[in-house]
Amino acid sequence: MTSDETTAAFGAEHVAGYNFAYLDEQTKRMIRRAILKAIAIPGYQVPFGSREMPLPYGWGTGGIQVTASVIGPDDVLKVIDQGADDTTNAVSIRAFFAKTTGVATTERTAEATLIQTRHRIPETPLREGQVLIYQVPIPEPLRWLEPRESETRKMHALAEYGVMQVSLYEDIARYGRIAKAYNYPVRVHARYITSPSPIPKFDNPKMDRNPAIQLFGAGRERRIYAIPPYTAVESLDFDDYPFTVEQWPESCALCGATDSFLDEIVTNDKGGRMFICSDTDYCAGRRAENGEETAA
Amino acid sequence: MTERPILRVRGLTRLYGRTVACRNVSFDLWPGEVLGVVGESGAGKTTLLKCLSAQVEPTDGTIEYDTRADGLVDVFALSEPARRMLLRTDWGIVHQNPRDGLHMGVSAGGNVGERLMAVGARHYGNIRSEVLDWLDRVEIDTGRIDDRPDTFSGGMQQRVQIARNLISRPRLLFLDEPTGGLDVSVQARLLDLLRQLVASTGVAAIVVTHDLGVVRLLAHRLMVMRGGEVVEHGLTDQVLDDPQHAYSQLLVSSILQV
Amino acid sequence: MRNPVLEIHDLAKTFRLHVQGGIEIPVFDGIDLALHPGECLALVGASGAGKSTLMRSIYANYHANGGRILVQHRGTVVDMVGAEPRTILDIRRRTMGYVSQFLRVVPRVATEEIVAEPLRMTGVEAAAATDRARALLARLAIPERLWSLAPATFSGGEQQRVNIARGFIAGYPILLLDEPTASLDAANRRIVIELILEAKARGTAVIGIFHDREVRDAIADRLFDLKPGELAA
Repeated sequence: MTSDETTAAFGAEHVAGYNFAYLDEQTKRMIRRAILKAIAIPGYQVPFGSREMPLPYGWGTGGIQVTASVIGPDDVLKVIDQGADDTTNAVSIRAFFAKTTGVATTERTAEATLIQTRHRIPETPLREGQVLIYQVPIPEPLRWLEPRESETRKMHALAEYGVMQVSLYEDIARYGRIAKAYNYPVRVHARYITSPSPIPKFDNPKMDRNPAIQLFGAGRERRIYAIPPYTAVESLDFDDYPFTVEQWPESCALCGATDSFLDEIVTNDKGGRMFICSDTDYCAGRRAENGEETAA
Repeated sequence: MTERPILRVRGLTRLYGRTVACRNVSFDLWPGEVLGVVGESGAGKTTLLKCLSAQVEPTDGTIEYDTRADGLVDVFALSEPARRMLLRTDWGIVHQNPRDGLHMGVSAGGNVGERLMAVGARHYGNIRSEVLDWLDRVEIDTGRIDDRPDTFSGGMQQRVQIARNLISRPRLLFLDEPTGGLDVSVQARLLDLLRQLVASTGVAAIVVTHDLGVVRLLAHRLMVMRGGEVVEHGLTDQVLDDPQHAYSQLLVSSILQV
Repeated sequence: MRNPVLEIHDLAKTFRLHVQGGIEIPVFDGIDLALHPGECLALVGASGAGKSTLMRSIYANYHANGGRILVQHRGTVVDMVGAEPRTILDIRRRTMGYVSQFLRVVPRVATEEIVAEPLRMTGVEAAAATDRARALLARLAIPERLWSLAPATFSGGEQQRVNIARGFIAGYPILLLDEPTASLDAANRRIVIELILEAKARGTAVIGIFHDREVRDAIADRLFDLKPGELAA
């Protein structure tokens, strides 16, 4: 975390003309207050005064504001999009913070102190002291059924969550199973039903009792919420249709991993395809390890 | 006889600005009893029903409900969570327009099963079989359990609403023009079904309607409203066959005899 | 002699028609009568004398303007005039039955269920009530194939007999009969007379309108002529 003094001290290392991490200090303080409140009430959506950012809504304006408010000069930042460090969105956001803060960046999960993510949780287990910041398009899990914000707030306040179970019921009735593959609703600390953001349900179990701090920012919807370290996160289900995660018939074509989330890659127009790890850092790390073993 | 009414209403008044929606309405409703409220459009029937079902706060007067745990309590003195809990467990509301009472984007089964899930049912198979049972009881082809209500006829939508409410075994049911907008043949079928369900479940009910045929068939007791006030109140057959108040006489004599 | 099950004092009924300029139609005034268990009282009088109005007033279907209708109900005496609706409904459920001239047809409900309903309302189990209903329907010569059908399409005589079965099934201590044999043939008329006599023998008090002289002579102990104030023996 930063203070005005350290900002000044590191000011020389980032691009001139901007405050440290782009946002002004007043805004960062306001967002930090929202984050503290969110951590105090796990899973509860805290409204905040979302600012205009130099990128469009839907590209991670919420996540960026959260990152900008918690990042300090000593942090090491990693940014992923769909698990990859090398996609346009991830590269741009990483470059943005490198420019406006001068902090170190990394692609290695284990080395990062802050990880901003869109749509994935890294495969490498997180540890205490790390902060995972999710970009969230639609923070309200009840919105599919109830368009009125006043009503969804009341439903959360009174824990009236029947409709959420109805959405799972509808899936089983229609498809014979709970078909939600991503943005699979969770209940945080046995209280608030929360959107995990559009991560694959494969990642849901990683949220449960995670040692890292998990922060969620929705820029357009102006909401921040959080899951403190070691907090119970339960995926909703039925007794006779329990929550399960995706499985693949193959292992990663590059690193051979059988325990990671795999992307399907079409390799030619003759039906050729391969499965590879969505988490590029994890895949690269395993290949490096395997390479060493082979060499030895 | 049961010694305690399920609903006790005293001096209920609701004003909108200086306009009187209903004034000084008092009655007791007893367990298993069906009370009809009739009167022309604008007589205050719907506002009365909204107050009674805790959707609109009265300007004056009290509504006491016989809760399972604490006996008669003032509905508006309950905390909002307790009141909302009543609305989705102990009470049921069948709206005139099914769009107000159903999720049109959710299957019939999901609509009917919602109350079970709202109070913690987590076994899909059990929920499903109870929903099927209730669809059968309201005479909806169980093969349509996964169809959305917006593919149903008006009469079927009303029956889905009824099943959706009765599945939680409510003790008090509010019905707002339950046959409004339905064909005459469909009305008769729905009324007969309601009559049987009310008798077999023992639920107490308040039916608001402008259709005297509806109350003749369903209601034990009748309140005639005009200009927001109750002008006559008594046994249904007494009010319909020997109305005392000038307005009740006008209302009864206005029915076409066929 | 035992206490009367029904006692009427100074009963008055006047219709006031607000929709026709508030004109008043007095029907009767000062009616006094008493009915004991096992007794049958036949109302007589010219058409328009108020026989049906008196019956309906006793049943509280019409609103009496004055007087008292005292009924022995659940071991106490209740005045039907001014009683709470739920008290009246309870009296109708347990103490006083009414057979109108015409069956008010409930759509779609099977005949045997229509007949069994009053018995079920007194707390008798559904299967037993239906058995009893079938026995009564058989006795009243309603063909068995009709029992499971709704009576909407039945003939007038069949509907009348269904109505009678419904009136007799619960064994009310007081029975009001409005022309119960009007649309029946001789054979069925005799069955109804038997039913009434049996009920009387069990202690049911009957008050009714019987235009058929043969029926009236067979069952009535007394006549009540509805010229106000006159009581024929």
